[in-house]
Amino acid sequence: MHTSSLKELAAGLKARRFSSRELTQHYLGRIERLDPGLNSYITVTAERALKQADAADALLAQGQGGPLTGIPLAQKDIFCTAGVRTSCGSKMLDKFVAPYDATIVKKLDAAGMVMLGKANMDEFAMGSSNETSFYGPVKNPWDVTRVPGGSSGGSVAAVAAGLAPIATATDTGGSIRQPAALTNLTGIKPTYGRVSRFGMIAFASSLDQAGVVARSAEDAAAVLQAMSGFDPLDSTSVERPVDDHVAALDRPIKGLRIGLPKEYFAEGLDAGSRAAIEAAVKVFESLGAVVKEVSLPNAPLSVPTYYVVAPAEASSNLARFDGVRYGHRCDNPVNLKDLYERSRGEGFGAEVQRRIMVGTYVLSHGYYDAYYLKAQKVRRLIYDDFRRAFDEVDLVLGPTAQNVAFKLGDKTDDPVAMYLNDIYTIAANLAGIPAMSLPCGFVEGLPVGLQLMGNFFDESRMLNAAHQYQLATDFHKQWPKGFAS
Amino acid sequence: MSFAIREGWEAVIGLEVHCQLRTVSKIFSGAATAYGAAPNTQADPVTLGFPGVLPVLNADAVRYAVTFGLAVDAQVAERCVFARKHYFYPDLPKGYQISQYEQPIVAHGRLDIELDNGTVKTIGITRAHMEEDAGKSLHENFTGVTGIDLNRAGTPLIEIVSEPDIRTPAEAVAYLKKLHQLVVYLGICDGNMQEGSFRCDANVSVRRKGAEKFGTRTETKNVNSFRYVEKAIEFEIERQIEVLEGGGKIVQETRLFNPDTGETRAMRTKEDANDYRYFPDPDLLPIVCSAEYVAAIKAKLPELPEAKRARFEAEYGLSPYDARTLTSSRALAAYYEAVVKASGAEPKLCANWVATDLLGALNKAGKDIEQTPVSPEQLGGILDLIRDGTISGKIAKDLFEIVWNEGGNPAEIVETRGLKQVTDTGAIEKAVDEIIAANPDQVAKVKAKPTLAGWFVGQVMKSTGGKANPQAVQALVKAKLGLED
Repeated sequence: MHTSSLKELAAGLKARRFSSRELTQHYLGRIERLDPGLNSYITVTAERALKQADAADALLAQGQGGPLTGIPLAQKDIFCTAGVRTSCGSKMLDKFVAPYDATIVKKLDAAGMVMLGKANMDEFAMGSSNETSFYGPVKNPWDVTRVPGGSSGGSVAAVAAGLAPIATATDTGGSIRQPAALTNLTGIKPTYGRVSRFGMIAFASSLDQAGVVARSAEDAAAVLQAMSGFDPLDSTSVERPVDDHVAALDRPIKGLRIGLPKEYFAEGLDAGSRAAIEAAVKVFESLGAVVKEVSLPNAPLSVPTYYVVAPAEASSNLARFDGVRYGHRCDNPVNLKDLYERSRGEGFGAEVQRRIMVGTYVLSHGYYDAYYLKAQKVRRLIYDDFRRAFDEVDLVLGPTAQNVAFKLGDKTDDPVAMYLNDIYTIAANLAGIPAMSLPCGFVEGLPVGLQLMGNFFDESRMLNAAHQYQLATDFHKQWPKGFAS
Repeated sequence: MSFAIREGWEAVIGLEVHCQLRTVSKIFSGAATAYGAAPNTQADPVTLGFPGVLPVLNADAVRYAVTFGLAVDAQVAERCVFARKHYFYPDLPKGYQISQYEQPIVAHGRLDIELDNGTVKTIGITRAHMEEDAGKSLHENFTGVTGIDLNRAGTPLIEIVSEPDIRTPAEAVAYLKKLHQLVVYLGICDGNMQEGSFRCDANVSVRRKGAEKFGTRTETKNVNSFRYVEKAIEFEIERQIEVLEGGGKIVQETRLFNPDTGETRAMRTKEDANDYRYFPDPDLLPIVCSAEYVAAIKAKLPELPEAKRARFEAEYGLSPYDARTLTSSRALAAYYEAVVKASGAEPKLCANWVATDLLGALNKAGKDIEQTPVSPEQLGGILDLIRDGTISGKIAKDLFEIVWNEGGNPAEIVETRGLKQVTDTGAIEKAVDEIIAANPDQVAKVKAKPTLAGWFVGQVMKSTGGKANPQAVQALVKAKLGLED
């Protein structure tokens, strides 16, 4: 069952070949059996899942329900779920039970999906290897000595290993795309403002965007469709109808204009990955796409810009975790200062503390103009680069990451090396455009990801191109050893 | 005893007023803003700053802020933004206050105040910005811990900052009273100072007369009555002059007023001031006030006190004093105009009755004009009865008291209780004759000194229970005693 596409699962459910309860139990069984070796879930919500499955079955039995009714999923533990612990991968929220559901949780519940549990993640989504989680690192199913990428490491490991057919994820600087690339999945970060951020614990508000990681563009399209749309509870969500992503999948891509940004193929890109990407470009050409070189001259400024803007916003967003109303509180505080210092010192891990420090510094009096304001100006330049590129092409194509998955522990002592993991993904967040990663080959048995970036609200076109590519290739159908059966 | 600034010195005063806007719900959430509810019963997840929640701006708060700006001839910004102001305090749930910093919604306004000597002085309003109120820390009724009530957190405020144009404590009070009257008039603030709806911080410095440079200022926080503001500023001026004359220096600091002692004391110096790390709130879009939007608000502005006063003088022929009294609040002015409309009595007579009798009675009963038991129609009815000679002014006062206590239609009350003025000269003549016959000594006195005729008038009125028409009595007494007019 776990090798089926969502469409196949939906058909099976609809034809009552199996029930949602059976499907859910199948996944719960796999989680119990296989997750101890991967650590992809922080919390498994079996009871809640079976209840949802029964409700879905009741609907299906009456011939009701939509294309997602009864299909299980994993929710990244950054989304608030009423009555279920929402930890955000942090000791700070280890005992936090949200009093409300995030908008996307509500939407997917309403679509009839069954939440299997809450997926592991880097603490407060800060990390590119899922090694900063308070709940321990997640292992890459393709090689358990390697990282799955981050911050949505739990989401991708669960889907890659067949412990969930699909999972939600979030992307602030690449946290959907880089882990998807490292685990042979299709992950999409939509346009900023397309999916509500309400109930998604904020890391960097102007960059955070929810999306999905899936086994195919087709699967991703179905769930993204259900998650998207205007939310009056999120002032930055955009009031604009959602395109029919699923209907757009089958369009031929003849004449699709694809741009290859030369800055994305410069030094630093691993040779094997480059070869895989170049081969993929050939596939697109064979499907009728027109490929040309474009330039994103300010793209190399993405990483430094991001590491000003994101920590600045994070230092502000994380100020609310003070031990006063919820979350970790130190034992026996002697006074207010002690309460703050120890609660935050104990509740936050090293990487989170580092980013709070950096963010506090760049917003400080006398430094604001030199760092934050300047970074916002560079951000504008990066945005302008994309604007210009999209005058010439429909999609921009490049690598998702410089390398395949690295070994656990390899980069934990070198934050800058870790930050460079997101060198190709950050620009899309800074510009606010949609971007996705899809499997395009292997280097020494490890998956390589291809990145597509689209114009604002052009998710359908991106998913269409990815789907057409996946009809012509079978990289995305490959399973890590030991997990297919 | 009136306060005078020491010879050779001048004070420079600027006021910051926090004015709670009278919206039904909070500035960024749907929680209620009503005062006095049980602690934390008006604290929803947004108010509590739960992880993942997002602010959504209350449109009424913006409308009220713009209303204020227009009423003080200020510029309303076409585009303004919210900024986060960071500091840690238990009653500040998010670790930052959403406020406005570089781009306030209102700037460059003015307010004319009238000084005791009758001259008018213009006080500049630097800016008015929107922000959310904090909660309250409760130290009473707790031992060893502090209670936190977040009901007030998120209540919309405008902070109105004056130019340092104020020179004396009396001017400061005049400005505050004027501002208070204005915001209540506009209906944007309930003006309740005990409940903290209108709070003031005073910036005070002193300098030698003729000096150009401002002295170092102190800020005295939260002085919440007009009298306390006056006292605090008086104290601060005296204190600063004392320090400077003693060869000392003023430290830039925040001070706290103690109403029991009438003194201010240092709370924190500039050195321990927070670095607020302001930056534009990425969760909120810029506020755009189009010309049409502002014009629509302008069209609905109520008549302001100044204009109303001038109109009352011109239209009703009132003295400046009466006009000011009757326009001191919108409700009172509306009441007065309703009386004028309801009765055919002279507007001047209406003014006397409203300003003296009605306000006197309300004052005695501790009631507001909104709580008056005598409606404008009832009072108008009483005045009509005076006008057409049905009752005397004296009976009218009794009638007013009856209506106040028992209600009812004045004309009917006069009818049923026999309060009608006696205008039948036969009856009056009879009474006059009787009094003259019974008091030969008085007759002799009056003949010698005609100004004493009033004694007879009084006796006749007494004997008729006040119902005789005083003019008729007067005329008859004079005729019977052979006195000339």
